[in-house]
Amino acid sequence: MIKHIVKSALLFSFVSLTGCASLSIEPWVKPYERQNLADPIMRTSRHPIANMHVAHVLEAREAARGADGTGGGGCGCN
Amino acid sequence: MVLMEQEAVVVVVIKFKTPFEVIFKRSVKKSKLHKLLTLAVLSIVTTLSQAAVLDPDRVDVLYHNYEGGGMKIDGPSILLRKKATESVAFTAYYYLDTISSASVDVLSTASPYSEKRNEGQLGIEYLHDKTMMSFNIRQSDEDDFLAQSLSINVSQDTFGDLTNLSMGLSYGDNEIRRNGDDSFEEQSEQYRLRAGINQVLTRNLTANLSIEAVADQGYLNNPYRTVRYVDNSIPSGVGYQAEIYPETRNSFATKLSASYYLPYRAALFFHYRYFSDSWEIESNDAEIGYRHPIGDAIELELKLRYYQQSQAEFYSDLFAYQDAQNYLARDKELSDFDNITLGIGVTYMLPDSLSYGDLRSEATFQWDYIDFNYNNFRDPTAEGGIGNEPLYGFSANVVRAFFSIYF
Repeated sequence: MIKHIVKSALLFSFVSLTGCASLSIEPWVKPYERQNLADPIMRTSRHPIANMHVAHVLEAREAARGADGTGGGGCGCN
Repeated sequence: MVLMEQEAVVVVVIKFKTPFEVIFKRSVKKSKLHKLLTLAVLSIVTTLSQAAVLDPDRVDVLYHNYEGGGMKIDGPSILLRKKATESVAFTAYYYLDTISSASVDVLSTASPYSEKRNEGQLGIEYLHDKTMMSFNIRQSDEDDFLAQSLSINVSQDTFGDLTNLSMGLSYGDNEIRRNGDDSFEEQSEQYRLRAGINQVLTRNLTANLSIEAVADQGYLNNPYRTVRYVDNSIPSGVGYQAEIYPETRNSFATKLSASYYLPYRAALFFHYRYFSDSWEIESNDAEIGYRHPIGDAIELELKLRYYQQSQAEFYSDLFAYQDAQNYLARDKELSDFDNITLGIGVTYMLPDSLSYGDLRSEATFQWDYIDFNYNNFRDPTAEGGIGNEPLYGFSANVVRAFFSIYF
């Protein structure tokens, strides 16, 4: 488990650092080319209240938890 | 590391100097120079200062209903977010579960029950240039379970806003009681650590990689649930004893997701998540979603999700004898099972004539059908003899109806 966390932290640091170092690569999608990505239909958080309910239902019925994008906080299920 | 910094500096210098060098070397006319300078400044401003903005103010009022496997859970929920300034927003969330349970666990060893769960959350978001910070507190309260937690999240847009990096931490404290037994009081704690990277890949495709580690310690059992074991000394042939779980659980989840804009204005979503924990449960889930606008007023959503997990190492549907091992579980959520979800949703953007004032409003209805199949959990209420009952399975209908107002 600790190995997992250390590996992930290293990977994340590497990604962050190389992200800064990769300034030599021009951002390949210009701001004026992002109208499709900015369209509200592309938002995964289009309905945040529904996402929170879905996450709660699944966390109560399944053993898996985490990385679901709702910010965490636990189920409170008994 | 040093090389990386030098490289970055060189690039920045080139990026800022080049347009001006070009401009001055060509000795163009003053008016043309003005135009070019303005253009250069504008392009730098648009490239480097695409500051993020907070989400719009909105209120959502929802009714939810879950029915399946002998359980009915429903209630209201409200989510409010309001900007105090252009850089600070507050969120408030209330959620109520009204539960009436006659599930297979309850029917085999206890009596149907009903209870309520109240949940509240308060949050604050602070945006500074390209950095978003949020802090959230949460409380969930039942007769026999009090959960309190706090979370902090930070995210940063970088690399021409093509990349967003995020990190978060949560801490939760739980108090567990058992109805009908005033002397029973246990505690557990939960720590969560998460990180993510969101990357714009093309003008139509974004991808996200998220990881989250969760560590629990304390009393992790359900205080009511029992396991069953073979007992030939009694007429029924089966005895029951309380579950015993380890006092720690560490898990790790990795999720890869992508969103793709289709040429005819529709969106395709995909995610895959892998999960594993120290109880030797492994799970995989994948989901594909599709959002399709119909005219200006309607959005249709479809989804298909598959989930599969292996069982905890100390799980058994039927133990060979009493106290068969140190840890004992017969919770079907810890067993080997899979489920498949089919979902449909419709959002109707209300016309001005039906909206309140000039506020934009939407009404949404979502319905999920989930089919659960258990591979090592038998239905003890069915015929067949101890340990030979048919495997359990059930389906659930989950409905959400909500109204959203943007203001």
